[in-house]
Amino acid sequence: MAAADPSVTAPSAPARKRRGLALPSGGLPKNVNRALVVAALVFAVVLPLFFDPSSGFINDCVLALAYVVMALGLNVVVGFAGLLDLGYVAFYAVGAYSVGWFASTFYSDADFHVGVTSFVEQLPGVHLNFFIVVFLAMFLCALAGMLIGLPTLRLRGDYIAIVTLAFGEIIYRFAVNGDEIHLFGKNYPLTAGQQGIGPLDKPKLPFMKEPLSALQLRPWYWIALGMVVIALLAVVAVRDSRLGRAWIAIREDEIAAASMGVPLVKTKLLAYAMGAALGGMAGSFLGFFATTVNANSFKFSFSIFVLSMIILGGLGSIWGVVLGAVALTFINYSLIPDVLNGVPGKIGLDFQLDQLSFGIFGFLLVIGMVLKPEGLLPERRRKIELTEGIGADEALEAPRT
Amino acid sequence: MGIPAPRPDLATTEAPTTPAAARPKRTNDAIRELLSKWGLLIGLAALPVYFGIHDLTGSQGDLSRLGENMVRGLSNGSIWALIAIGYTLVYGIIELINFAHGDVFMIGAFTAFSFTGTIGLTLVTGPLGLVFGLFLTLIITMMVTGSLNVMIERVAYRPLRGAPKLAPLITAVGFSFILQNVGLLWRGGSQKSVPDLIKHNDEVVNLLGVPINNGDVLAIGVTIPLVIVLTAFITRSKVGKAMRATAQDPDAARLQGINVDTTISLTFLIGGMMAGAAGLIYALYQTSVSFNMGFQAGLIAFTAAVMGGIGNLKGAVLGGLVIGVIQELADNRIGGQWVSAVVFGYLIMIMIFRPQGLIGEQTREAG
Repeated sequence: MAAADPSVTAPSAPARKRRGLALPSGGLPKNVNRALVVAALVFAVVLPLFFDPSSGFINDCVLALAYVVMALGLNVVVGFAGLLDLGYVAFYAVGAYSVGWFASTFYSDADFHVGVTSFVEQLPGVHLNFFIVVFLAMFLCALAGMLIGLPTLRLRGDYIAIVTLAFGEIIYRFAVNGDEIHLFGKNYPLTAGQQGIGPLDKPKLPFMKEPLSALQLRPWYWIALGMVVIALLAVVAVRDSRLGRAWIAIREDEIAAASMGVPLVKTKLLAYAMGAALGGMAGSFLGFFATTVNANSFKFSFSIFVLSMIILGGLGSIWGVVLGAVALTFINYSLIPDVLNGVPGKIGLDFQLDQLSFGIFGFLLVIGMVLKPEGLLPERRRKIELTEGIGADEALEAPRT
Repeated sequence: MGIPAPRPDLATTEAPTTPAAARPKRTNDAIRELLSKWGLLIGLAALPVYFGIHDLTGSQGDLSRLGENMVRGLSNGSIWALIAIGYTLVYGIIELINFAHGDVFMIGAFTAFSFTGTIGLTLVTGPLGLVFGLFLTLIITMMVTGSLNVMIERVAYRPLRGAPKLAPLITAVGFSFILQNVGLLWRGGSQKSVPDLIKHNDEVVNLLGVPINNGDVLAIGVTIPLVIVLTAFITRSKVGKAMRATAQDPDAARLQGINVDTTISLTFLIGGMMAGAAGLIYALYQTSVSFNMGFQAGLIAFTAAVMGGIGNLKGAVLGGLVIGVIQELADNRIGGQWVSAVVFGYLIMIMIFRPQGLIGEQTREAG
């Protein structure tokens, strides 16, 4: 922070305009900060080389990276624009179903292939290239995001939460009962309901001979890492742009923002669209990775899972969100089922801990919030807001100490 | 009157949020005004009217099936109304969507189910013993859920009173998960069937071809007295006055010597007790309980509270009954698997046409 005297500056004006991808490290010089970011990236790239290519750890890492993209997307909507979205699972669903629709034998009456391997060419159904599917998923999700955003434009706060939650539930219902819906003729149901759509095509990258498989997880990891880097760069670029500042203005005070000339409708819809597009990107990737699309994965608890990541990490803070996503993924997929699962049995209780994973998860949410309501790595602006009034000056001093 | 919309100083009657409000009126605005006035009512009437005409012109020939749907709907709706009261009171006083409330209701149903077993109520218990036993169960259930709700407030919401609004929402969701797992550990993962103590399908009277069953009598017979007592308590008693004052402006209430913390605890106590009563009715009326029923019940009840106008007691009851009828119509006519889609479709419609609810005042949230 460059401002000299905290008592002179207004309590909510960070002096630096472009923060880029700087780590929340306090007062480190710019170059050190840059080096740290590069080091973190290099570490992330070489990490899978130290583990067995089909190990559970790499599997969890792939999931964690996909969830980072999800969380970054939701952070745009909730953290930047302040629109509490409780139906984020909708974009996971749309993203994953895009894979089911456009890269499987699900619509076996159709015969449409673009840029797929010679083996897949022989299969009936719609089969598009991995990248085309991901872009389609992002596009569809952005559309869906704006559609869901429309009725919330006049609303604020909790009411937005409820409308988005309702949309999430409706989409879940459509996913579960979609086998009854035939929009384009008898053999084209919307979804396969509880049965799930599968198997999905295995993505094949241009420079690789074989398509990806579940045994060789490293390429999956690097694709996911690439998506995270793209998402990070996109989110940072937009945050530091005019649009990002407009989002923050709306979050802080909608009426003031509108009277300063921020176009509310456009700005809010763009937030929904961008958040949804990132959700669709991660959703389609998770669909490919899981090799089936099952309607039961699109429950409300998924929305809460992603929301918890960004809130535990620190709303609006990019590195906090990354940390939150990685931490919660490992807690959910590794710590609870693998490490803690045997504990009740050992102390003589008659249940498996993985039955209770969401209970433990809920417990962690409560503890985390009560102890640190601003999140693990809070955004500076929010931290100041939280302590404003009781001691705004100390809050401004805090990062230095 | 119920608990009024929070903070009248901020509850702008003419919200300057949309630029459209500042422009001179155009046909567009006139249509919008008309829609916001009548759109919701038309939407609400659409289902019964459609099925009424369908019955009259079709093979049915009379309205008895629709009437039966209505009666079942109202009974179900009284359950939602009781839960919705908890949502609306809590929202009115601390502006929090208490996501754990649905699961408090679930715990209530489990308590009622277990307690009737403990005190030995069976299918052969005589009517006097049954009435007494159920009354005792009702009291116990209400005590359990009421104190559970107070405990949740103490642990999860009170420490976060100064924190951003999202924080208590997250702890609420966390507690919802915790309670679900408590239910899971308590009664296992499968649906449990409750002994049909009151023989809920036995007919009491037949009104113009519409049978009124034991279950309906229980639902209405528990709900109406509770709502009357509660309304009287909130409008007449001194504590009720304190609750309304706290809902309007906590700081001013504190200046008047009202203990805001106690008042909030009391609000949670009342909300939890209502959820417990709803749980008892649900267990006996639907004769099956499961650990994950609270989530959807909570969402439906919240829809009811929003429909009536959140923060408004009468609105919550009205909304509950309306949602009950919609739900029953959807269940009986469209198909059980679509019920929540229909209910949430209505929720979105309310939000578009009339965010302040059927009889609610405009709040600052609903702009």
